[in-house]
Amino acid sequence: MSQTDKNAAGWRRWVPGVRASVIGVPYLWLLLFFAIPFLIVLKISFSKMAVAMPPYTAIVEYVDNAFNVNLNLGNYTALFTDSQYVLAYLSSIKIALISTVLTLLIGYPMAYVISRMSPSARNIAMMLVVLPSWTSFLIRVYAWIGILDSNGILNRWLMAAGLIDTPLQILNTPLAAYIGIVYCYLPFMVLPLYTNLVKLDHRLLEAAYDLGAKPWQAFLKITLPLSRNGIVAGFMLVMIPAVGEFVIPEMLGGPGTLMIGRVLWSEFFTNRDWPLASAVAVVMLVLLLIPILIFNRSQQRELEGKLA
Amino acid sequence: MSMARRNSWWGWLALLFGFGFLYLPILLVIIYSFNSSRLATVWVSFSFSAYSQLFNDRQLLDAAWLSLKIAFWTATASMVVGTMAAMAMTRFKRFPTKTVFGALVTAPLVMPEVIIGLSILLMLVSMGGLFGLPSKGQVAIWIAHVTFTLSFVTVVVSSRLQEMDRSLEEAAMDLGANRVKVFFLITLPIIAPALLSGWLLAFTLSLDDVVIASFMAGPSSTTLPMKVFSSVRMGVSPKINALATVMVLAVSTVAFIGWWISARAEKRRQRDRQLALQENG
Repeated sequence: MSQTDKNAAGWRRWVPGVRASVIGVPYLWLLLFFAIPFLIVLKISFSKMAVAMPPYTAIVEYVDNAFNVNLNLGNYTALFTDSQYVLAYLSSIKIALISTVLTLLIGYPMAYVISRMSPSARNIAMMLVVLPSWTSFLIRVYAWIGILDSNGILNRWLMAAGLIDTPLQILNTPLAAYIGIVYCYLPFMVLPLYTNLVKLDHRLLEAAYDLGAKPWQAFLKITLPLSRNGIVAGFMLVMIPAVGEFVIPEMLGGPGTLMIGRVLWSEFFTNRDWPLASAVAVVMLVLLLIPILIFNRSQQRELEGKLA
Repeated sequence: MSMARRNSWWGWLALLFGFGFLYLPILLVIIYSFNSSRLATVWVSFSFSAYSQLFNDRQLLDAAWLSLKIAFWTATASMVVGTMAAMAMTRFKRFPTKTVFGALVTAPLVMPEVIIGLSILLMLVSMGGLFGLPSKGQVAIWIAHVTFTLSFVTVVVSSRLQEMDRSLEEAAMDLGANRVKVFFLITLPIIAPALLSGWLLAFTLSLDDVVIASFMAGPSSTTLPMKVFSSVRMGVSPKINALATVMVLAVSTVAFIGWWISARAEKRRQRDRQLALQENG
């Protein structure tokens, strides 16, 4: 008896320390390197560019025994009045939405078919879905340059087949950016859809068939509504990062593909205007806030193991 | 055990299309890496010239070595901290501000890379070396990479933590083992495959990142993706095809070994379970 008591006491003695550090270490890391940096971006977005290191003015200055607060709203007025920025935001959202819908249209049938395979075939098929995303993202974008180039593989094949006379201009157009986004993000769509569809209770479908439903009716009335959580997760997982995508439009889209990630990049690296780049980031974040919150909610349920 | 359902022919067609879409571009990159032409998209004849160019490019190899080092330390730190976060999310029922914690853990999964890169850089610069934090360079890249890969590890590990049979942990706890002991003796061996895949995921994510690294990089910390990115901007080159082929080969070997190990472990587990059932029955 006393042995158990001692163990219980030892167990309890351990709990606060271990528990606090298991929560504390990741918590502190994320606060320090994820949450606080956003506040700093917010702060710098209210300052002005300066020729100094770091290249921006201080917001709060201590001059002549007094604190001076210099809030500069100029970056934000520039963002909302200069049509170039407004267009960049709108076209980012448009490109991200269209490519996410395309990804869903390709990804859903894949996830659906795989979820209905035998368990061993399923695992192999899912490994095949994920495997390409383990090879370099950059290399996979690069692969499309060789295919879509006016001198590239696709145009050569089409011309050899006699389908076209002059090469199609696909590379350096928004179409190439759509293809790149769909290609790179497809596994991120299939994965949550599959995890959802594989849990589907097939007895529901059998009941529907017994009651005389056609397969497509059963799909529309049962499978599709029940996979809503997977669709939401996949949609957000593709759409949110696609809005801020930089590499794909830069490598495939050409100068005509206006996206906000490229604007931020060029403000930061080319113009060295850190405050304006920060304001671009803040507005992007505000636009993405609601989608991120929706994603967080569905993901947190998933993490805590609750069913929808 | 849910039974397999029969798929219709158009279903198989959609799957075939999807896999073709996923694999054809990579296949073409590999085929054209053996092209002797300087123009990477016009086939001339079979040769290894792109590979000799690749292995003689000192700068590229240096960048690759740096990237591998950063990826190794990123994956290691991310695995430890990510597992802690996964334990906190799945094993601790309630603690103050758990929703805030959950949001912090999941948000990096979808946060655009340009925002992560910009914000961490601005934070490190405005800290100005406080607590010995660097503002640029390898360590700065490492910090940023751990921050954005951690969430991926947490997702992988916590899904395994949920699936596993809790009765083993509870039995050990009933027998008087403390939580730390239970974790290292019972939980850790069971979730080890998930830790490995989390580690590999963080490793490849770090090895692959060009955007965040560009923000954090100092003058002497050019990573492999940054090098590839700047050379790709100049146009298609056979050297990059060769590099891609080497990477694909390495990744598929590692993936195959990982799959083989976990399949073998699964088989052994099933056999043990059957033996145990027979002995009891």
